[in-house]
Amino acid sequence: MSVHRHGQTGPGCAGSCCLKVEGLGVNFGHEEVLRDVSFHLHCGEIVALIGPNGAGKSSLFRTILGQIPHTGSIEFQRAGGGHARPLIGYVPQSPVFDRGDPVSVYDFFSAAISRYPVFLPAPKRLRERVAACLRRVHGEGLLDKRMGALSGGELQRVLLALALEPVPHILVLDEPLSGVDIDGERQLMDMLDEVRTTFDLSILLSTHDFATLGQFADKVILLKNQVLRVGTPDEVLSSPEFQAVFHLDLGKGGRA
Amino acid sequence: MELLFAALLEPFQWQFMRAALLAVLVISPLFGLLSTMVVTSRMSFFSDALGHSAFTGIAIGTLCGLARPMWMAAVLAAAFALLFTYVRRRSNMASDTVIGVFSSTAVALGIFIATFGGGSFTQYNSLLIGDILSVAPGEIALLALILLGVVLLWLGSFNPLMLSAIHPALADSRGIRVFWREAAFSVAVAVVVTVSMTWVGLLVINSLLVLPAAAGRNVAKNMRQYHLASVLAALLAGLGGLMASYHLGASAGAAITLCLAAWFAVSFLFRRRGA
Repeated sequence: MSVHRHGQTGPGCAGSCCLKVEGLGVNFGHEEVLRDVSFHLHCGEIVALIGPNGAGKSSLFRTILGQIPHTGSIEFQRAGGGHARPLIGYVPQSPVFDRGDPVSVYDFFSAAISRYPVFLPAPKRLRERVAACLRRVHGEGLLDKRMGALSGGELQRVLLALALEPVPHILVLDEPLSGVDIDGERQLMDMLDEVRTTFDLSILLSTHDFATLGQFADKVILLKNQVLRVGTPDEVLSSPEFQAVFHLDLGKGGRA
Repeated sequence: MELLFAALLEPFQWQFMRAALLAVLVISPLFGLLSTMVVTSRMSFFSDALGHSAFTGIAIGTLCGLARPMWMAAVLAAAFALLFTYVRRRSNMASDTVIGVFSSTAVALGIFIATFGGGSFTQYNSLLIGDILSVAPGEIALLALILLGVVLLWLGSFNPLMLSAIHPALADSRGIRVFWREAAFSVAVAVVVTVSMTWVGLLVINSLLVLPAAAGRNVAKNMRQYHLASVLAALLAGLGGLMASYHLGASAGAAITLCLAAWFAVSFLFRRRGA
């Protein structure tokens, strides 16, 4: 099994903005969670991260978010050169919201973006700001709904709207398709496509849904503690590494 | 009408009832506010454990021969709350397990100290039921200060506390760290429970931290309605319970709890459904 190094993950960052992850390593105690992970994420690109449970997908996300100490480097290069700390919008895996919680979408949203206490009457300007954020994901009708009453797709849209405020350089989504039905999935992928062109940002997401990879992902990274394979969806899904990791002869079109 | 007014005002010709009324006016909004976060962050069992640690503090204070062992109890409960917050953050254990560990240790220590050398437990019986007439002006002043502190904590920290309670991963990703805010909240609950325990009673004090918000959840759609419902319920139940206790001669703590329980039942029957 060959480890593909960054040299093989496509052209360098030349000119355009991109996230460069080089030789990333993460250990939890004696357990090596990530080893020598390298890849580039270019602006406007949608990259899907696949791998079995425990492959280190969430750890990789949390490392990129700066929550876990690591070896190796994570660099962000602005368009036209120059390095900066990237602003990362994160859509965490959806928790199960307590259906009875009296938390409206406005409450949830404004608590995250504003210091104005949510238990006081909502100021008009703040309500309008939250409504404007929701409009970016066509979710303006959700403002006064309770979080617990949202469908899987609606919840993902609210979390996406929150990750887009402020507009980040990179959008990271942890299993956005889990708990979303077929229609919701279609809408969400259209939304992500719209978002990346509107805001010219890169999207990194993890998924177990291999059937739709080819429809939206520019690049797929197969991860199992290290990068096993990088390439187009077709390349990765038909690779021996993919078959070996999932112990299946799924080919493309399967769902694990 | 005049008769009703007279009946309402009659109890307050007594100094002790005026003191009790003042105490209720301070304590019920306090419980109403704290209740919203206790329920949202699933710490309903926490105040129960705090009552136990407060009891231990009083036993230790009595052993040391302090004139007002309550202060010792407040300090101990605050330390207990800090330790609890620390252990909860640092371990993967579920909150209720951590609370269970602390609660049983605290109450065992209290009973051990109270009965050490063949001591009698009966002197502590009054703590279990509580006596509203035991409210001292100094305690009301302290509770008023705590109310002010909690309002300030709410204004400055409610947003991050709520976010961290309902979606920890998201709060983390937005760089929201709540350890000290959570600690301040736990200490506030600890001190409020300890100070009001002597008149509400250890056995029912937990209900004051759970019922107002539990009923509020049945009817509220958002955080504003939730707070309004919780604080209002606590206040009305406090006043109703005090009057009932005066006219019927029952424990005020129990009467207040029953008022809240009745309101919970009503709110459950008329709970909001759907969105």
